[in-house]
Amino acid sequence: MTTKELTCVVCPAGCRITVTLNDASAIESIEGYTCLRGKTYAANEVTHPVRTLTSTVPVMTAEGKKMLPVRTNAGIPRESLFEAMKIVRATAVKAPVHTGDILVADFIEPGTNLIACKDFE
Amino acid sequence: MAAHKLIIIGGGPAGLSAAVAAVDAGLAPEDILVLERDSEPGGILNQCIHAGFGLHRFGEELTGPEYSGRYIAMARERGIPILCNAMVLSLTDDRRVTFVSPETGYTTVDAEAVILAMGCRERTRGALGIPGTRPSGVYTAGCAQRYINIEGYMPGRRVVILGSGDIGLIMARRMTLEGAKVLAVCEIMPYSGGLARNIVQCLDDFGIPLKLSHTVVQIHGRDRVEGVTVAAVDEANGRRPIPGTEEYFACDTLLLSVGLIPENELTRGAGITLDRMTNGASVNQFRETSAPGIYACGNVLHVHDLVDYVSEEADTAGRAAAARILGNAAPVVRSVKLTTGHGIRYTVPERIDLAEEPEDVRIFFRVTDVFKKVRLTVETAAGAILVNKAKSAAAPGEMESLTIPAAKLREVLASGTEEILVKLTETGGDKS
Repeated sequence: MTTKELTCVVCPAGCRITVTLNDASAIESIEGYTCLRGKTYAANEVTHPVRTLTSTVPVMTAEGKKMLPVRTNAGIPRESLFEAMKIVRATAVKAPVHTGDILVADFIEPGTNLIACKDFE
Repeated sequence: MAAHKLIIIGGGPAGLSAAVAAVDAGLAPEDILVLERDSEPGGILNQCIHAGFGLHRFGEELTGPEYSGRYIAMARERGIPILCNAMVLSLTDDRRVTFVSPETGYTTVDAEAVILAMGCRERTRGALGIPGTRPSGVYTAGCAQRYINIEGYMPGRRVVILGSGDIGLIMARRMTLEGAKVLAVCEIMPYSGGLARNIVQCLDDFGIPLKLSHTVVQIHGRDRVEGVTVAAVDEANGRRPIPGTEEYFACDTLLLSVGLIPENELTRGAGITLDRMTNGASVNQFRETSAPGIYACGNVLHVHDLVDYVSEEADTAGRAAAARILGNAAPVVRSVKLTTGHGIRYTVPERIDLAEEPEDVRIFFRVTDVFKKVRLTVETAAGAILVNKAKSAAAPGEMESLTIPAAKLREVLASGTEEILVKLTETGGDKS
């Protein structure tokens, strides 16, 4: 049995929610939430927390090196953020590049991509 | 002397949104000129590479550059002229705008309408008066954000952040992911001014401590920051540092995220009335200032937490400016003043100019403190309720809004009321 404490981010109330997991890492109980959305948030956050990663990579343009903002097109597991940053740091692109262009396919997880967030001609 | 019908000062989200709305309201794009100080449009969003923008506007979570990119594209599609590298030097209350740019030189333009969309800037160390030496390594959070995200430089390796506003929280995560060690975020207030989501995803995710009711009392280091001393503050005694609680952090960087100030030098120069609480112009529901034909929207008017609301406010100003120029604005019959009651820090607008046939008016406001279980009410001086809603929680960091329906405003017009009160009532539960 383990318990996890978290702050709900669904609304400004910021309820403190306690989730208890059994030895098989299944949810035993959720306490402290004050609405159903909070309960759902807590369940997801404890079993499979994901985050959108945003960063920058260098882009070579006619006017020299600029920074291109990038993001994952879906959430990646929270525990892989630093591993993901290693791939981001090894990435560099050349203009032209456009918003939505896939820079790294199957990024961390199959079907998730690292995409460009700005246009450089 | 050149003439433009509508001059928009600032090509960030507010300025672009206002320009697009003005064209969509019937103004010819060539009658508009957007003046932007930076070398590209987009404003501060260009450096806000994190996600979370556009949930209300576009129904999806975009990064800052993507959000501004959409407005830049909309402005280009409509053929709206944007002059970059253009710095406005002065504005008069009769709408004479003087600016310089490499393309036009020193230029003066008389406009039929002006929209102020200059945004805001950060409070700096000077505004706080932190004792200690004056080494390099003390940055505002937004300055560090620009260094990393636009220029590609890392400003430091061991970081303490003062102030838990959203930019500070976002930078705690950004610097951590880029390999820096963020030792702590100190907040002088007993609660954070940032969104709960940012506390969780920028601090808790990385185990960065948030020290509430703490501040930086000394900066150490001769050429470069070598450390800072942090102390707890006494809530009951004017938030003075409590002797004996000092803690030393060895670090090379101090980031300040201690508030934003609407950038209103031009507004002040034009003699436009400013509001003491927002530090922005005092406006009616069309975002028209005390100078007829000069409108203000976005962070120059009051600091927003969501860009979606900036765009909405800018649409209002853009449409109103177009209506003035096209001569189809409804004449004002009577003005009603909005006042703040218990628990309300400020409202935007501050007055409602009623036409014969009023339309719905959305009031934006901030509460003064962190509350649980409240009722937010807009009522007339005589106590007639115009609109109210119950909320499970309200905090100064999250802007609130209420829409007064047109039917209720017709009643206000008929009743002769001169003041409308916005107030908060605590309906149970402890104030936390």
